[in-house]
Amino acid sequence: MTQQVNKRRRRLLTTLTTGVGLVGTGTLVAPFVASMQPSARARAAGAPVEVDISKLLLGQMLTVEWRGKPVWILRRSERMLQGLAELAGKLADPDSEVLAQQPSYAKNPYRSIQPELLVVLGVCTHLGCAPSRKFEIGAASGLGDDWVGGFFCPCHGSTFDLAGRVYKGVPAPTNLPVPPYSFLSDSRILIGVDQEEASA
Amino acid sequence: MMQSLLHWIDERFPLTKVWQEHMAQYYAPKNFNFWYYFGSLALLVLVLQIVTGILLTMHYKPDSTLAFASVEYIMRDVPGGWFIRYLHSVGSSMFFVTVYLHMFRGLMYGSHREPRELIWLIGVVIYVALMAEAFFGYLLPWGNMSYWGAQVIVSLFGAIPGIGEALAEWIRGDFVISDATLNRFFAFHVILLPLLLAALVYLHIVALHKVGSNNPDGIEIKKNKDKDGKPLDGIPFHPYYTVKDVFGVAVFMMVYLAIVFFVPELDGWFLEKDNFQPADILQTPPEIVPLWYLTPYYSILRAVTFEWLPGGAKLWGVMAMGFAIVLLFFLPWLDRSKVRSIRYRGWMYKTMLILFAVNFVMLGYLGTVNPGHVDLIWFKNVTWAQIGLVVYFAFFLLMPIYTKLDRNKPEPDRVR
Repeated sequence: MTQQVNKRRRRLLTTLTTGVGLVGTGTLVAPFVASMQPSARARAAGAPVEVDISKLLLGQMLTVEWRGKPVWILRRSERMLQGLAELAGKLADPDSEVLAQQPSYAKNPYRSIQPELLVVLGVCTHLGCAPSRKFEIGAASGLGDDWVGGFFCPCHGSTFDLAGRVYKGVPAPTNLPVPPYSFLSDSRILIGVDQEEASA
Repeated sequence: MMQSLLHWIDERFPLTKVWQEHMAQYYAPKNFNFWYYFGSLALLVLVLQIVTGILLTMHYKPDSTLAFASVEYIMRDVPGGWFIRYLHSVGSSMFFVTVYLHMFRGLMYGSHREPRELIWLIGVVIYVALMAEAFFGYLLPWGNMSYWGAQVIVSLFGAIPGIGEALAEWIRGDFVISDATLNRFFAFHVILLPLLLAALVYLHIVALHKVGSNNPDGIEIKKNKDKDGKPLDGIPFHPYYTVKDVFGVAVFMMVYLAIVFFVPELDGWFLEKDNFQPADILQTPPEIVPLWYLTPYYSILRAVTFEWLPGGAKLWGVMAMGFAIVLLFFLPWLDRSKVRSIRYRGWMYKTMLILFAVNFVMLGYLGTVNPGHVDLIWFKNVTWAQIGLVVYFAFFLLMPIYTKLDRNKPEPDRVR
């Protein structure tokens, strides 16, 4: 029993055993972690939504559900569109420079494919509340005399214009995102599929 | 007969030994006051929450189409279901009442100070686990405030640059709060966190019994022992403090049950009005507010509105909120005073502690009201919250300075 202990060998074996154990644990944990990701069913539920817009009148807004989120479809009147141009100074990102917030075909002054038809996600970019519509103009809206119509988030007071652009000095950091969408015909749009892909 | 049975057990399991060491021969300071009830009361609430929770799971359905109705079913059709449900919902608030008072006791008498740092650290972990437990539980009734509250809190993770969105998706198990989220929050609420809490409470008590309790004078009773080695200022935990705690339990249960029987919603403070409507993914409640025990941190989150900060106000708000909790872990090392108890501290610590407590309550209140309104005097709520944020951080970050400068009184040799 007076054998010499080979410390190097012992340290090597301990390191190897620990290493193998760690790799084993990691291999086991990976599928556990992965199991918590959105399931195939949840991903399938993110399928595109087709919407009939033929009955949508000027100044009317329609809310549809896409991937469990509300999507607003607003047919803006001439007066509403005029208001957009005057706001530049009050907005945080009037020219939609933050790329991720809209597809390239909606990166224009109206943030839409057709100027009058706005399609945006109705989810506040601050903490995910649902902003409410404030289409009244001026003091009647409760948002001051110079209010030209837009959206107001009741949670923390963020305001957006009628193109979903965020005002300066409110908690929401970015414009409302425009989802990918495309026109199937003049009266039908498809939310969830890009304009190019649909026409291709 | 009983003696020989006990003997048989003691040879196989240290039953008598544990009883002696932790109850009958465990010496606690003789000068415990009112503030020393809240530890045992928090333990009582934990046990009650587990018992009522088990009973609730027998009828509750963690399914987004059934959850809301199953809670109403418990309230109306299950025999005594309303009682069990209200015990559980009021119990969560009572848990935080006892824990906040327990923590304030620690701050007053210096229970976080050497050699009790680990007790404090384990305690803060318990507090954080408790907040998570309460948050997960709040989604389960699938009311509209449940839904939108979860939506807001999970979105906070989305503020982390780079991995944020993927992380939030992983937590939800979906692109929005959904059935998948409800199901997993149920798993966290009834399995993961209760196990964790039970283990942490065990460790909290193991650490406490290693070093012994602090006391209102903040001095060590082990310094003065009699010839048998027993602290002169100590009394055995059992029967002295077991009896004292039973009295505390009786008074506490009167308050607790009065709320359960007469004002279980406490006018929206213990059960929010919006939560009596089922979750509606297209309709946000007019004001999304967590329950009162989380609102101080929610206030800190909302107080950061400075867009000029690099990365945006949202990210800094989330960081301020996280940092506010992380600071609690550093308390034992931020406090540089030579004395422990408020009784022998100078005016600076006393002033700061009172200011901190009032400020914490103010932040809590501000978290429940619209930031843009004026509900206190002079300023908008958001401005007060910003002042509150500064006071909160000043209490901790200036602590090494003012506890050092403070002119303390001499501590007595024996407890009073």
